[in-house]
Amino acid sequence: MIVDYTLIAESLPVMLKGIGITFQLLFISGFLGLILAIFLLLMRLSGKWYLSFPAQVYIYIFRGTPILVQIFIIYYGLPQFGFIRSSIFWPILREPMGCAIVALSLNTGAYVSEILRGGVLAVGKGLIEAGSALGMSAYQKFVYITAPIATRIALPAYSNDVISLLKSTALASTITIADMTGIARTIVANTYAPYEIFISLAIVYLIFTFILQKSFGYLEQYLGRYTKREE
Amino acid sequence: MSEHSKKNLIQMKNVDKYFGEFQALKNINLEVQRKERIVICGPSGSGKSTLIRCLNRLEKHNKGQVYIDGKELTDQIKDINAVRREVGMVFQSFNLFPHMTVVKNLMVAQQLVRKISKADAKQSAMHFLERVKIPEQANKYPIQLSGGQQQRVAIARALCMKPKIMLFDEPTSALDPEMINEVLEVMVDLANDGMTMICVTHEMGFARSVADRIIFMDLGEIVEESKPSEFFDNPKNERTKNFLQQILTH
Repeated sequence: MIVDYTLIAESLPVMLKGIGITFQLLFISGFLGLILAIFLLLMRLSGKWYLSFPAQVYIYIFRGTPILVQIFIIYYGLPQFGFIRSSIFWPILREPMGCAIVALSLNTGAYVSEILRGGVLAVGKGLIEAGSALGMSAYQKFVYITAPIATRIALPAYSNDVISLLKSTALASTITIADMTGIARTIVANTYAPYEIFISLAIVYLIFTFILQKSFGYLEQYLGRYTKREE
Repeated sequence: MSEHSKKNLIQMKNVDKYFGEFQALKNINLEVQRKERIVICGPSGSGKSTLIRCLNRLEKHNKGQVYIDGKELTDQIKDINAVRREVGMVFQSFNLFPHMTVVKNLMVAQQLVRKISKADAKQSAMHFLERVKIPEQANKYPIQLSGGQQQRVAIARALCMKPKIMLFDEPTSALDPEMINEVLEVMVDLANDGMTMICVTHEMGFARSVADRIIFMDLGEIVEESKPSEFFDNPKNERTKNFLQQILTH
């Protein structure tokens, strides 16, 4: 097989025009998903079954079905219902971008809440008791003791999920969105050169994954600064 | 509230505590007056730790009454944290907050619970760090300190809350032998200052020289309660004799 370098050189800049969309999908969904995850976490930790149980069902459903299916249900399925079309959410759900962000946020929220829960459960019981013995309230103990330590513990698994979310954004191309993958698919349809295009696309994703990995690595080091004996 | 419970800083009346089926405390009666120094000893699993953990409600007793400075500890108690503020506790495993520097460990509860300004909290923190003789470690993280230093920080942290009572739950059991004395010195110092103290400990030298009363527990009961001289030289109960023989032979 002969690799057409000119084609790569010509298509790369075109694909990179999709970076904006890819990043919007990643950062907006990542942010909304994190907020959702914190709510789900608090529901699960509340100790009240009527909060904990719905959260568990939610997490089960969104972890138990493919993200692609979730995107399709939201994009093709929801508009079938009249009450959705007349609801305040319609301006968001009418747009493919809105649907993709909703689907990715709902999905990542389910995973991240379990990651955070793992962090919370790993915080030593003795530290919470020390907080109690000092007269700290449940809220104070959570905010000043549990949350900061749990964040550090959960960070490696969380960074994994963010990287996974970056790659999931490519699925948005299936509902007409022109992210990097969407543009690449259009170019392939026109040029019949899947190898050149998709391999260069893969390399672009690898570069972004590398940047994410490094950034989280630094963040881990910063948050873990108190776990090292030497100064 | 009886006249009696007002006079005592701590009172336990017929207290039972269960962990599931297992009865950890059996009919405990204990009165501690202001400035009294109590040492609790006994074999492991005898309920020593459970007893003092009932005094700041880290464990809830199932039967009987517990009074701290006249306030009864119950499920209905409105503000348990108001009681806990008055009762300092030092744990076997230090339990310093690992993500905060030493000085922050001492400041956080002062600011959050006692609503003291940052500057005042810091001043008070440095005062107590000097008292436990490690002001130079103020800006280190707990992990950078030795075990003995960490435990002294933990004592200082409890003292910052200006408690009326200090509870010590085997404060030297997790320490290397060469570090035990530095912690005991701080505790002796505290005792000499008139702090009301209850110490669960196996340090019999400390018990003999500091305690006003020694309480020996076994199988969830208070078996013997006496002055140190009597306790060591003339123990009455058979179980006490056995215990003392075992820990003092070596």
